[in-house]
Amino acid sequence: MTQAAIKTTGLRKSFGSNQVLKGIDLEVAEGTIFALLGPNGAGKTTMVHILSTLIRADAGLGTVAGHDLAKEPDAVRDAIGVTGQFSAVDNFLNGEENLMLMADLRHLSKANGRKRTAELLSRFDLVEAARKPVATYSGGMRRRLDLAMTLVSSPRIIFLDEPTTGLDPRSRRTMWQIIRELVADGVTIFLTTQYLEEADELADRIALLDHGRLIAEGTPAELKRMIPGGHISLEFASVEQLQAASAMLGGSQKDTDALTLQVPSDGGVGSIRDLLDRLDRGRVDVSSLTVHTPDLDDVFLALTGQPDGERATVS
Amino acid sequence: MSTLSYAVRDSTTMLRRNLKHILRYPVMPLMLIGIPVIFLLLFVYVLGGTLGAGLGGASGRAEYASYVTPGILLITVAGAAQGTAISVAMDMAEGIIARFRTMAIFRPSVLTGHVIGSFIQTMAGLAIIVGVAMLIGFRPNATAIEWLAAAGMLAMISFAVIWFSVACGLVTKSVEAASNLPMPLILLPFLGSGFVPTDSMPSGVAAFADYQPFTPVMETVRGLLLGTGIGHNAWLAVAWSVGITVVCYLWAKKLYNRDPIR
Ligand SMILES: Nc1ncnc2c1ncn2[C@@H]1O[C@H](COP(=O)(O)OP(=O)(O)OP(=O)(O)O)[C@@H](O)[C@H]1O
Ligand SMILES: [Mg+2]
Repeated sequence: MTQAAIKTTGLRKSFGSNQVLKGIDLEVAEGTIFALLGPNGAGKTTMVHILSTLIRADAGLGTVAGHDLAKEPDAVRDAIGVTGQFSAVDNFLNGEENLMLMADLRHLSKANGRKRTAELLSRFDLVEAARKPVATYSGGMRRRLDLAMTLVSSPRIIFLDEPTTGLDPRSRRTMWQIIRELVADGVTIFLTTQYLEEADELADRIALLDHGRLIAEGTPAELKRMIPGGHISLEFASVEQLQAASAMLGGSQKDTDALTLQVPSDGGVGSIRDLLDRLDRGRVDVSSLTVHTPDLDDVFLALTGQPDGERATVS
Repeated sequence: MSTLSYAVRDSTTMLRRNLKHILRYPVMPLMLIGIPVIFLLLFVYVLGGTLGAGLGGASGRAEYASYVTPGILLITVAGAAQGTAISVAMDMAEGIIARFRTMAIFRPSVLTGHVIGSFIQTMAGLAIIVGVAMLIGFRPNATAIEWLAAAGMLAMISFAVIWFSVACGLVTKSVEAASNLPMPLILLPFLGSGFVPTDSMPSGVAAFADYQPFTPVMETVRGLLLGTGIGHNAWLAVAWSVGITVVCYLWAKKLYNRDPIR
């Protein structure tokens, strides 16, 4: 078993009377991706703030890179890189100057700093914008610069707070690719997200945070077993077609007013093709099809039996 | 590298960052030069004839220009304080400060960068004001050593006031509040010996004027540049400057080290 890059026991934090974290125990193995999933206000950012030494926990222990958060914050800071939820770039400088600023603060030599800056500008597709003020960058460019700044010192442990929120699908894929490359180099990644899909795509282990507690933790496969499958929603032009399809597909739910049929499915390409083949053979025309994959809400629903409000804790 | 060389290196990096900000978005220079120049012109050309005559002897507008210059210099320092508080408060609202806090850098360097940046601007501002004052009748009779001592005195009080305004910029929650907090400093030269001698004031005001920090500073600068009596004012001024610097440095450091509130 590899050494833990991040380990916490009984971490607690309140803001006034608002108990945000109510005792968090978690462990992240070196060189893996850990995803912390949760809805707005669950305490994800607070967790990242504590682990990155920005704020102090009220109680509990935490070690990052083998150093105690409370006792050796500077040793932790030397080992980590953080890309927060909100942009942390210097708006009055340009992209190149921002990266050079990080190189100076990480105590790289001038030559090394320049080399690293050039590398990162090209890796993050910012060469053209390098000399433009950051204030003129688009959200996606800003996000890329933010991550590039985090990577200047090649940290061993990286915190990414909602790294793809607000990115278009293409930029999101690029970000995923970069995250995978980092892990391939042995970096440990702690990321937060609101997208189950993202956690599924990237993470070795996922934890669900809700109302300040971890309500489930495991590999994506383990978690999926706890979640009921998704479904495919089929829409038909007439009631006759709907009746025919419904007779053909056992276990489906039909809605005669909306002329739709819900078929349980894992949403995979294979099962969709299979479904369409069966309908084709039965000469039933489908006018539209939507795939519903389980989302965060389904997870909470499955784990707590309640969609919103106060949830009972499971784990 | 040792802790000290990291401290110097990080502070230099932060200073460079602040100087770039200043050059690109010069908010402070306007306050720094504009306000004192207006006061100087107002007091010399509008009020100077009467106030000069009130100084006694054969004094007039020209003598008043000399008398009032140390007061105007302290107005300049107070104006710089406001500028510093605003730029610190604005900077603290920037996301990059959170990033700095998660990096192993010499902690006070964010603050020392601001302090040294403001200090350089303030000294440049003071030099410009002295130049303008000389154009309109300020006639110092100081030797090179006395000039140097006067510059040193102004440097010390500037340093003290700048640390105070850094703390003001940190303690407030908004930029507006940060700009208001050091505002009363502008009044100190008036409620001291900046514009008229304190013995011409009612006893209550005079007592305040005699015991506030700007009065000994103005008396020392006036004595060095114009040859008036300094007495114990020099030591008082130095003690005030060092005291304010130490207290405000510790206060600012403590404010910066507390957990950030979003
Ligand atoms: N500095 C603060 N002062 C007071 N309350 C705070 C502070 N920071 C966070 N909170 C509260 O803590 C709770 C958790 O906030 P946090 O930002 O950690 O949630 P999150 O999971 O990151 O949410 P989101 O998905 O919206 O980013 C919220 O109720 C928030 O209002
Ligand atoms: Mg958040």
